[in-house]
Amino acid sequence: MISTYSDLGENHIDALREIGNIGAGNAASSLAVLLGEDVHIGVPQVRIEPYENVIRSLGGPEELGVAVLVDFLGEASGVVLFILSMQDANRILSIMAGTPDADEEALTDMKLSAIMEIGNILGSSYLGSVATLTGMQIRVDVPRVAIDMLGAILAEPIAAYGAGENQVMFIEESFSSARSDLHSHVILFTEMATLAEIMKRLGI
Amino acid sequence: MGSRIVVGIADYKLANAPDTLVTYALGSCVGISLYDAQAKLGGLAHIMLPDSSLFATGATEGRMKFADTAIPDVLGALVKAGADRRRLTAKIAGGANMFRAQGALDADGVSHIGQKNVERVRSVLGSLGIPIVAAETGENYGRTLFVDLESGKMIVQSLGRSTKEV
Repeated sequence: MISTYSDLGENHIDALREIGNIGAGNAASSLAVLLGEDVHIGVPQVRIEPYENVIRSLGGPEELGVAVLVDFLGEASGVVLFILSMQDANRILSIMAGTPDADEEALTDMKLSAIMEIGNILGSSYLGSVATLTGMQIRVDVPRVAIDMLGAILAEPIAAYGAGENQVMFIEESFSSARSDLHSHVILFTEMATLAEIMKRLGI
Repeated sequence: MGSRIVVGIADYKLANAPDTLVTYALGSCVGISLYDAQAKLGGLAHIMLPDSSLFATGATEGRMKFADTAIPDVLGALVKAGADRRRLTAKIAGGANMFRAQGALDADGVSHIGQKNVERVRSVLGSLGIPIVAAETGENYGRTLFVDLESGKMIVQSLGRSTKEV
């Protein structure tokens, strides 16, 4: 039974990496359809690290980022975050709208809701595959969005899922698209009870 | 020139003039500056959550994560370092609600963690009898704080907004 991060062995980490791989792979396929171009995913990483390291690995506390946060609940609870730069957020919207120039202006409400919708599609694809793999019932909540310093954005999920220990576990992957040179990160945070349940379902 | 001392997440530091305490990118977290103007001595804490009792198993290792345990600890450390408890004043910042949900402009159903943090920080300071002389809290944007131990001023920086000095 898993009750702290130190209970996670190599086999558990492998299983989580596989969940990340399948989840992010599915999300990447959805993104490829939205963009009309190939999207590659990096090797998934399962990391258990002090809070600051999570933020540093994504660019540092004061780095400007756009984040869509998709909460999930049901038999599994946690959050999937998509993080990208302002420039790439604008570029994705231009590609989807079919307009040639990515502008650097502030994101309007309409753009924000388009970004939330993208997050919704990616989050649902990610979590849909986790549900299929584990046989768990997972509900996806309405997406939420923030554009600000990464440290400020990540504080809430870190507090929600990492406060029981002095570090937090997350599954992280990077997406990239070759033609438009887009980069983003997808991160999953979850509760200890969900980790334990996933392992039970997978028979590990 | 004093040095700049960085306070991490769920952390606190004490410093004297002419140093500056800084904590980066507060979102829902709250930064609490306690300052003794006569001793030019202060402490800055960066808390994540309101209440340590949410985590019964947390023991003492995580005291700096929570408003209810961090503030008394910083106060104790300051008094030990030579601050006069009766002279201490507090300035607080952070506790934002960073995320916007679609069609939920009143933010119902979304997390109120920032707001709960601020409420708890206020009540803990109140029960310790430390007056809050400045507060830059709530809203929906991140904040980086600098506390100048020479003047006790708190400088609040946010992206795309003018810097505030309180």
